[in-house]
Amino acid sequence: MTSLRRAPLPAAKRPTAVAAGRLRVRLAANAALAVIGLCFVLPLAWLILASVDPHAGYETRWPQSPSFANFAAVLTPGLLLQPLVNSFLLSAGTAVVNLAAAVLAAYPLSRYQSRFNKPFLYAILFGTSLPVTAIMVPVYGLFVQLQLLDSMPATIFFMATTTLPMAIWMTKNFMDSVPLELEEAAWMDGASGLATLRRIVVPLMRQGLGVVFIFVFIQAWGNFFVPFILLLSTFKQPAAVSVFSFFGQHGAIAYGELAAFSILYSVPVLILYTVVARGAGSAFALSGAMKG
Amino acid sequence: MAVRDSFGRGSLRHRSPIQRSLRRRLRLLPVVPSILLLALFMLAPVAWSIYASFTNAALSGKAALNPQWVGLDNYARMLTDSAFPLSAWLTVVFVAVSAILGQNALGLVIALLMTRSGGTTASLVGTVVVASWILPEIVAAFAAYAYFSQDGTLNQLLGMIGVQGTNWLYAFPMAAIILANVWRGTAFSMLVYRAALSQVPRDVSEAALMDGARGWQRLAFITLPIIRGSVATNLMLITLQTLAVFTLIWVMTAGGPSNASTTLPVLAYQEAFKLGDIGYGTAIASVLILIGMVFGAVYVRLIRGAKL
Repeated sequence: MTSLRRAPLPAAKRPTAVAAGRLRVRLAANAALAVIGLCFVLPLAWLILASVDPHAGYETRWPQSPSFANFAAVLTPGLLLQPLVNSFLLSAGTAVVNLAAAVLAAYPLSRYQSRFNKPFLYAILFGTSLPVTAIMVPVYGLFVQLQLLDSMPATIFFMATTTLPMAIWMTKNFMDSVPLELEEAAWMDGASGLATLRRIVVPLMRQGLGVVFIFVFIQAWGNFFVPFILLLSTFKQPAAVSVFSFFGQHGAIAYGELAAFSILYSVPVLILYTVVARGAGSAFALSGAMKG
Repeated sequence: MAVRDSFGRGSLRHRSPIQRSLRRRLRLLPVVPSILLLALFMLAPVAWSIYASFTNAALSGKAALNPQWVGLDNYARMLTDSAFPLSAWLTVVFVAVSAILGQNALGLVIALLMTRSGGTTASLVGTVVVASWILPEIVAAFAAYAYFSQDGTLNQLLGMIGVQGTNWLYAFPMAAIILANVWRGTAFSMLVYRAALSQVPRDVSEAALMDGARGWQRLAFITLPIIRGSVATNLMLITLQTLAVFTLIWVMTAGGPSNASTTLPVLAYQEAFKLGDIGYGTAIASVLILIGMVFGAVYVRLIRGAKL
């Protein structure tokens, strides 16, 4: 049926017809994308415009007298700096615990064959699908029983565990792409498995480890629910929780400050994401080059 | 990738079989810290959740110190309590409309449009979509709250075409949180489908174009069958993510007005922390965990069939 329709078309005319059709498709695609992009950018536009508008409300408008007064107002030690430091401690701690545990676990999984590997990896994969919000009620109960409530280290270990399955999975994949030859040479020289891991494998995969670190860091930085439940003292709470209390206390009056607070709190993860997105290409190229 | 024993150091020197098997066990020692963490902070809460769901554990009072075994009471209460069936239904609606329909379809559409368009528009739109996904959850929730509120952007836009808006968060809470979750989460599906579509050989769809296959025919009979593995994985993952959404709903509507947008995670939180009924809260949490486990098992099967 389709071939019948094609037959009468003069052969010489076809390429131009296809090209014109393609141009039209391209224009239509661009227009549709632009509309979608506009819908996605609107909620963000409010955030940015309100942050530089000292008289902001919930409507999106061009500020009449744009200034950084909102940023100045929230940039105080108690309001923003302490919570940001807490966020950093929580996220960096979570990422370090994750990386240490994941590198150790990934090494035997990647390097030695064992009956234990496959079931463990499937269990890990299964673990990635456990809804974390669902275990928060029991985790609270557990923390009360163990008297771990309001403890930063305990919260860090818990948050690290929630991202650990994903971190092990990613680390193992990165480690699989590190060639074995160098390690074998080190083994012949009598180096132990863990020494080889530390001196040869980890340095070779630091780009991949950077990706895992940032990935975990971003997740922990944005996490609201876990510290909201587990950390009670104001001076221990990360920015996610303090921005929420700010919203509850001043949100209905100080919209501009809320927006400025939100932006200052978001900037670090936006930067980190850009780093990974840029670097992902080269990390991929690196692993490809080594395999080839 | 793994080293077989003939490569390992064991073969260099003579060892008894017992020593060798012990050695092989010791090699797994580095996995222990991870196992301990997962056991303490993941398995234990799940087990505790199931145990506590059979008790009348409470936040405060007599039952807090000395919880009593109440058997299936908490689960029986779910069936009689009007809040639970409503909440379960709202969760199904939330997941089906915002993830399976919204994020999934929109993510595919954006990815398809990007292959047709290319260039600056595609990368700009990609950045905007990813930005709303990479923002901290609470910030995204504020932006969505402002957007749907009485004086918000949505009503401004409607005002431009002469339509009188309303307070969407109050009048249509489910629609508001569903749209917000589509906005927030579409980037994930978009990234999955962009990666999948880049694997589809260009000449396959080109050949179909020459044969005069219409756009949707090409999509349905050529492109989608090729990327069906990615579609399945994506559906699983976004279902699990959406099932666990709490912050977005909590900031936008707090489950209200009067339970009209209370999904299961919000209900579990309210029962346990607002009303202090840990027993009933963990029973709801256990149901959620069970649903997550079912999806997780299907997901593992999918990956197993596809990769290993």
